[in-house]
Amino acid sequence: MVLLSSALAACGGDSGTELIWYTNPDTGGQAKLAEKCSTDDYTITTQVLPQDASQQRIQLVRRLAAGDTEIDLMSLDPPFTAEFAEAGYLADIPDGLEQKLTDQSFEGAVDAATWEDQMVVAPFWSNTQVLWYRKSFVEKTDLDVSQPVTWEQVIRAADENGGKVAVQANKYEGYAVWINALFEGAGGRLVEDVEQGADATVTVDSPAGEDAARVVEQLASSKAAPADLSVSNEGTAVATFGSDAGAFMVNWTFVWTAYGDDPVSKDIGFTRYPRTVEGEESAPPYGGIGLGVNAATESRSEAMSAVECITSPENQAFYANDSGNMPASAAGYDDPKLRETYGQDLLDLFQQSVEAAAPRTVSPYWSDISLSLQSTWHPPSSVDGQTPGQSADFMSQALQAERLL
Amino acid sequence: MSTAVSPDQRSTTRKTGRQARSPSTERSRAENRLGLKLVAPAVVLMLLVTAYPMLQALYLSLFRYRLTNPDDRQFIGFDNYVTALSDQLFWQDLWNTVVIMVVTVAVELVIGFAFAMVMHRVIFARGVIRTSILIPYGIITVVSAFAWQFAFSLNNGFVNGWFSWLPWIAADTNWFGDHWHAMFAIMVSEIWKTTPFMALLLLAGLSQVSEDMIEAAKVDGATWWQRLWKVILPNMRAAIMVAVLFRALDAFRIFDNIFVMTKGAQETESSSFLTYRQVIEQFQLGMGSALSVLLFLSVLVLAYGIVKLFRVDLSQARGEG
Repeated sequence: MVLLSSALAACGGDSGTELIWYTNPDTGGQAKLAEKCSTDDYTITTQVLPQDASQQRIQLVRRLAAGDTEIDLMSLDPPFTAEFAEAGYLADIPDGLEQKLTDQSFEGAVDAATWEDQMVVAPFWSNTQVLWYRKSFVEKTDLDVSQPVTWEQVIRAADENGGKVAVQANKYEGYAVWINALFEGAGGRLVEDVEQGADATVTVDSPAGEDAARVVEQLASSKAAPADLSVSNEGTAVATFGSDAGAFMVNWTFVWTAYGDDPVSKDIGFTRYPRTVEGEESAPPYGGIGLGVNAATESRSEAMSAVECITSPENQAFYANDSGNMPASAAGYDDPKLRETYGQDLLDLFQQSVEAAAPRTVSPYWSDISLSLQSTWHPPSSVDGQTPGQSADFMSQALQAERLL
Repeated sequence: MSTAVSPDQRSTTRKTGRQARSPSTERSRAENRLGLKLVAPAVVLMLLVTAYPMLQALYLSLFRYRLTNPDDRQFIGFDNYVTALSDQLFWQDLWNTVVIMVVTVAVELVIGFAFAMVMHRVIFARGVIRTSILIPYGIITVVSAFAWQFAFSLNNGFVNGWFSWLPWIAADTNWFGDHWHAMFAIMVSEIWKTTPFMALLLLAGLSQVSEDMIEAAKVDGATWWQRLWKVILPNMRAAIMVAVLFRALDAFRIFDNIFVMTKGAQETESSSFLTYRQVIEQFQLGMGSALSVLLFLSVLVLAYGIVKLFRVDLSQARGEG
C-alpha cells in the first residue's frame, strides 16, 4: 500500500495537476489535443469511453452519481446534456467563457449546449447530415438535385429507377434522430414545455407527426427500401449506398472520406437534407460533442482553461482535419487544409446545414422520449397514420413512469 | 453417487436408512451442533452477499426512484409491481423467455443425449471426439453471439448463401428483421453454445447406468429401443433432472445472445434484458428492482416446478440416496 501510494505520488510528479478527460472513441484526435492543451500548470490525460453513445451515458452517469472526482472533463453527446445538467453533474461555465463560446459557436450548437438559459457544455465539434447521392444514378432520373428536394421525390426517384434510399432505422438512437429531423422539417416538435420535466406536453400526435409518419411509411412500403431497413445504422447505410443498388443516403459528414480509394468515392454527390414537406425548409439532424466539466472536480479552474483551449476555433479545425468531425464555429471552418480535403462547396453545405440544424429535444427526459419513439415507430414497416397517436399515448405514459420502456 | 438400482430397490434402501437414523443419540446431536458451527461462517457470508442485496432490491422496489433525479424519490408502495404486471411488454418478454427456454432446453436435451451416447460409446479417438464436442461450451457466449450474428447477417453472413435452396430462406432474408427469424437466430446461438454442457451432464448420468442391467435386458430379448426407454433413461432420471434444471434456469436468464444480436429489437427481449434496461440503461432503480424481484420469483417457481415434475429427491441427485 505504501509502495503503491508513493508510486502514485511519483506519477503526479512535478507536472502539477492532472486533468482526466473522458473522451468518446475517435482516431486519436482528442488525445493529441489533450497533449497540445496541457500547460505547465496541468497535464491533460484521456480515458476512452465505450463506442456506443448509450453505453457512454451509462458509464458516465454511474460514476458521476457516485460523486467520482476522478473525472474532470467529459465529451458529451448532445442528447445527454440536459439530463446531466438537471442532475447537477455539470459545473457552471464562467460568464466570460460562456460569452466567448456563444459568440464563436453556431446557433444550433449553442441551443444543444444550453439548459434552462444557461450554457452547460462547451460546443466542441458539430455534426450534421446531408443527402448523399450517386451522381451516376441521379443522371438516370428526372430529379433536379440543384433545387431543394423532398423525401417524397427522393423515394419516388429511387423506386422508379431500381435504387435504394439508405437511412438509419434500426431500433436505436439513430432512428430517433431521423424521426426528429422529419418532425422538425415539418415545422413540428416532439415535445413542448420541456422545462416541466416529466410533465412536458407531448406533441407527437400532430400534423407534423402525420407528415413524418407518411415519409417513413412511404419508404418502408416502396421498392426503394433496403432489405436491411429495419436493422440499418450509419455503417450499414454506407454499405448499401456503396453497393450497385445504392442511390441516396442521409448520413453524417464522415461519409465523404469513408470510401477511401473505392471508385464509389468519385461518384458521390451531396445536397441539403431532404424536406419533409414541400415548401418548408428542411431541418437536418444535429450531432456533435460538447465538453462538460464535472461538478465534483477538484480542479475546476484548470478544467475551465483546458475547455477554453480545446474548443478554440484553431483547435476545432485541427481536430476536424484529424478526425473528420466538423468544427462547432464558423471560424473553425476557415482552415485551408479543411478546404483542401472537403472542397468549398461541401464545407459550405455542412456549415449551412449546421446553422439550420434542429437539435433533438433538449430535455432531461430525452432518453425516455427516444425510447418511446423506438418502441412505437419500429419496425418502419409498421408505421402508418395511427402511429403518431399511439406514440403520443405511449410517450405520455412513459414520461409519467406509468409503463415500461 | 447413487449406484444404478431400480426405483423400487431405491425406496427400500431409503426407508431402511431413515429408520436407522431416527433414534437420535447424544453423539449425533453433538455432530449436528458441530456441523452447524462449521457451516455458520459460510452462511453468514452468503447472507451478506446475497440476502442483503435481495432485501435492498425489495426495499427499493417500493419507490419511484431515478438515479439521475434522486430528489424526486417517492414511496409508492406496490405501484411498480402493478405497473409491471399490467404492462403488455412484461408479458411479451416473459413469453419470449419461456419460448426460448422450452425450445432450447428440449432441443439441447435431444442433441445433448445423442452427443452423450457418442462420447460414452466411442471406442477410437475418444479424447479428440470428447474434446471437440465440448469446444463450443469453452467459447464465451458474447463471442458465440457475435459469430452467429455475422453468420446470419444480411450483408456478410453465409447462412443465406448456403441455405438459399431451402424454400423459406432467400438471398435477402433479413434474419434480424422480424420476430421469428430473430428468435430463431438467437436460439441457434444458444443451442450451439450450451448443448455440450447438457451432453456433459448427461454423460455423467449415462456412465452411472450399470452395464449389467443393460446386458440383462439384452439377454431377456429387449430391443435397443426398449433398453433405452425401460433401462437407460429411468436410471438416468436424476442426471436428466439436474441437466434440465440447470439449463432451464440458465436459459430463463438469457441475456448475452439477445444483447449482442438484436438488443431486444423485433420484440425479442427477455425478462432479464427488460430488467437490465430499466436499472442500467434508464437508471429506474425502483422499477428495475421490482422487475428483478419478479424475475427471482419466476426462477423460484420454475425450479420448484421442475423438481416436482421429475419427482426426484435432490439429495439423491447429490449422491446421498
